[in-house]
Amino acid sequence: MATKPSFSEEVSNLMHASHGNPLKTCVQCGTCSGTCPVAEFMDHTPRCLIGMINANLKEEVLESNTFWYCASCFHCTVRCPKEIDIAGLMYSLKRYSIWKHTYPEGAIGPVFSETFVKSILRSGRSYEPVLAPTYIFSYGVREFLNEAHTATNLMLKGRLPVLPPRIKRLENFKKMANKIIPMGGA
Amino acid sequence: MRTYSYFPGCSLEKMAMSYHQSAMQTTNKIGVELKEIEDWNCCGATTYFHVDELLAYTLVARNLAIAEKMGHDLVAPCSACYKNTYFGSAYLKEDQDLSDHINYALEADNLHYSGSIEVKHLMEVFVDDVGLEEIKSKITHPLEGLRVAPYYGCQIVRPRKDHEDVENPQFFEDLMSTVGADPVDFTYRLRCCGGSLIITSREAALSLVRDLLQSAVYSDADVIATACPLCQTNLECYQMTVNREFGTDFSIPIMYFTQLLGLSMGLPPKKLGIGTEFVSADRILTFAKEKV
Repeated sequence: MATKPSFSEEVSNLMHASHGNPLKTCVQCGTCSGTCPVAEFMDHTPRCLIGMINANLKEEVLESNTFWYCASCFHCTVRCPKEIDIAGLMYSLKRYSIWKHTYPEGAIGPVFSETFVKSILRSGRSYEPVLAPTYIFSYGVREFLNEAHTATNLMLKGRLPVLPPRIKRLENFKKMANKIIPMGGA
Repeated sequence: MRTYSYFPGCSLEKMAMSYHQSAMQTTNKIGVELKEIEDWNCCGATTYFHVDELLAYTLVARNLAIAEKMGHDLVAPCSACYKNTYFGSAYLKEDQDLSDHINYALEADNLHYSGSIEVKHLMEVFVDDVGLEEIKSKITHPLEGLRVAPYYGCQIVRPRKDHEDVENPQFFEDLMSTVGADPVDFTYRLRCCGGSLIITSREAALSLVRDLLQSAVYSDADVIATACPLCQTNLECYQMTVNREFGTDFSIPIMYFTQLLGLSMGLPPKKLGIGTEFVSADRILTFAKEKV
């Protein structure tokens, strides 16, 4: 009879492409949490999150903001004495939460990521101005004004593109992406 | 003449054009030719890997395949492009199934990646391939007395690619010494700039930028040198925002290592894209004095 994989097994499967050791080898030393430059902003430190995964606390893990704070600096990964790819784990959890749509309403990280991917699949290159609407509306007045000030300065210095860049063989590029993930009419 | 397939990446098209200009000028001085990869696409940055890893590596593979067709090793000036492309190439070389699957997709653009090229960061070309001795022979305007904070950031050194020293690298300091400057003891030289958190988790990113600027100021640096367009943007374009949010008073220029290199080679500042920064680099220019 088939058995349903536990949450910790599910996460391990998601990390199949990672080259580190399995999460169950974690000894809870906390080197990752001590190294992480944004640990203070997370609701659970990386060490704690790994413990929670190993304890199969699925809901609590998916509700956590920890992985959306990870900036992929890989400092935890290179320091882990058990050679677990912790930054790779954070990527896996981001993918899992986008795939299952378990992230909280209004979260900027997942919406930004999805918009970014769609914009690249449309043109082949990234273009900052189309990304702004994914986050600018969540800003308060002061943040908005600060951002507008930065954008104006960039414009004045000639550092913002006016037209979206586009690769030449875009049709082939789209066909290529479609062979990996069929996207209907895309 | 050394020739490379050059992958500038999206940032260098506009936001970090000065990095592109100074890379072109300085490589030209040392007999290195950067041939832009024809019709390259985005490397996927960090965000693409949040959504789908296989598709992200397919994007990377397209650039690799075109670079391979051109017949040269690939060089990327952006640390994120470099990291994605380096590992994409490594995974394709060691995993036949992955390579078969991705090459099947690449057929749509009449491409194939067989894994015959190496992937390098632009700084590696200077430090390892050309070498510091050779560079030294081109320095006509040593930046004597200039206190530089060499900012490695993350992805140029992490994750570990080979057996390199990820805790205490020295290549950036060595390069800065070669141009005649004084690399300062910069405590946060390997700490993260926040990357794309500047958009998704602004408060966290701004505090990282503040800590980095503070660390450079503590070490009495005149300038922070970077090797990544995202580090440069976060430290520079958000420096005024940090000042407003935290009540600080930072005013430290953030320059690409290629700009400092260019000044020490006597290249005109304008050709190195100097003048498009938010925090003026004018006072740095005075350090470039002709050797007597």
